[in-house]
Amino acid sequence: MIKAWRVLRELVRGAAITARHFFVNMTFHTLRLFGIRTRRRGAVTIQYPEVQKALSPRHHSLHRIRPRPDGKPSCVACMLCVTVCPSECLYVEAAEDPDPEVQKLPAKFVVDLNRCCFCGFCVEACPVDAIRMDTGEIRLASLTRAGLEVPLDKP
Amino acid sequence: MFGDVLIILVKVVLTLMWTLLLALFLTWVERKESAVMQDRIGANRASVFGLRIFGLFQPFADAIKMLFKEDFCPTFAQRALHWLAPTFSFFFVSVTMVAVPFGDTISLFGRRIPLQVVDLNAAVLFVLAMLSLGIYGILVGGWASSNRFALIGSLRGAAQLVSYEVALGLSLVGLIMVFPSLSLARIVEFQGGLLFGFLPKWGIFLQPLGFAVFFLAGMAETKRVPFDMPEGESEIIGFYTEYGGLKFGLFMFTDFLEVIVLASMATTLFFGGWQVPWLGDAGFAFPGGGRIGLPPWAVTVLRVLSFNLKVFFFCWLQILTRWTYPRFRYDQVMDLGWKVLVPLGAANILATGLILAVR
Repeated sequence: MIKAWRVLRELVRGAAITARHFFVNMTFHTLRLFGIRTRRRGAVTIQYPEVQKALSPRHHSLHRIRPRPDGKPSCVACMLCVTVCPSECLYVEAAEDPDPEVQKLPAKFVVDLNRCCFCGFCVEACPVDAIRMDTGEIRLASLTRAGLEVPLDKP
Repeated sequence: MFGDVLIILVKVVLTLMWTLLLALFLTWVERKESAVMQDRIGANRASVFGLRIFGLFQPFADAIKMLFKEDFCPTFAQRALHWLAPTFSFFFVSVTMVAVPFGDTISLFGRRIPLQVVDLNAAVLFVLAMLSLGIYGILVGGWASSNRFALIGSLRGAAQLVSYEVALGLSLVGLIMVFPSLSLARIVEFQGGLLFGFLPKWGIFLQPLGFAVFFLAGMAETKRVPFDMPEGESEIIGFYTEYGGLKFGLFMFTDFLEVIVLASMATTLFFGGWQVPWLGDAGFAFPGGGRIGLPPWAVTVLRVLSFNLKVFFFCWLQILTRWTYPRFRYDQVMDLGWKVLVPLGAANILATGLILAVR
């Protein structure tokens, strides 16, 4: 009998919690509907395509190659990123750079986003800090596989 | 003669339309209410020409999607029964609404028209019978699918619904002893009086235990989440494993119709139906002595409004329950039915009988 009352009390408490959430949230929704600004919102939802959350500074998004002051890619085609890449998604073709200080530059630098796991090892491995993953471009979708093979050598 | 037929037809069409519309929008309400309870926003993307009004077009989008899906029937299924099962389910539930009085009588063109499709003199039994017949939708659906999971689901469903049928019937016996009629219109009229001079004489105040048992058993009858043995989304898919498209949609729609039927039955039997507290035919007469006169049309509007508000409230309450409690295990459902609700219902009859005899 006592147990039954306890069960009943807990049932009512549970319903009271959800009902409280409902009414509190409804109040804030209604206030917002009538144009009254409140500090709290009725829902924690971020309506994604219209409203976008600021990305964290250490996020990983689409790769980019940093340019040199003269506009050429600062990559020296040392192949360290290709070596370290666990998903083998980077394809780099080296070419000769006329500048004897640099010696090499990529003729082709393609990242295959079909395979990339966004681990960021290429960024860590790069000796000249040429590749970075901070473009903020996170909507990476394509209707074809070829569309996900992104050339990066045009900075 | 012709006029009578016309009136009945109009009432049938209006009642059916209103109920179906309510059920349609209940899908939207369910999604929105659960979202608001969980600090989310819920479906708000469906739009017509860029007009989004809180995603109110979502039910239509869902319906259109269902309509254009493949009408699939597995080769090993019993084709005719597979097709009939959802219609069974749907028909027996939607037909219960004819017995529910949603308003007072109105006078129109010199006729007195009761706002109820038919005033059956055994309406309570009719509703119970139709709700029991709804089991056939589940049973036939599960059987015709020739799928083991579907069959398990339908057998569970049959066992659950039959056992809760008993509790449902028992919980209403006490009420029928207090309001000595089986006609819903009469029961609502009885609830128009006052208790102790100030409390409206609603079923809830006379039969609180009866209401608790009725509502719990009724929620089990709707076979939604705390009692979703027939469906069992998280273990077996249940009796509609082999259903898709519009036929599945009908089953789902039936669930929402059952929510409305339970809400309107709870309103009619225990919360005074269309009665507004202290509102008589001539206007409000408060127990403190205040009076507000109202024209007859205003009284009718208030009463219909009151009925609908109560129904909305119970729909809301059921959705709240559905999104608050985790689901029962099968044996727990049976325990609750046979070891708690049936004895409580019987005790309620006994207590009511004693009180009626002593008084």
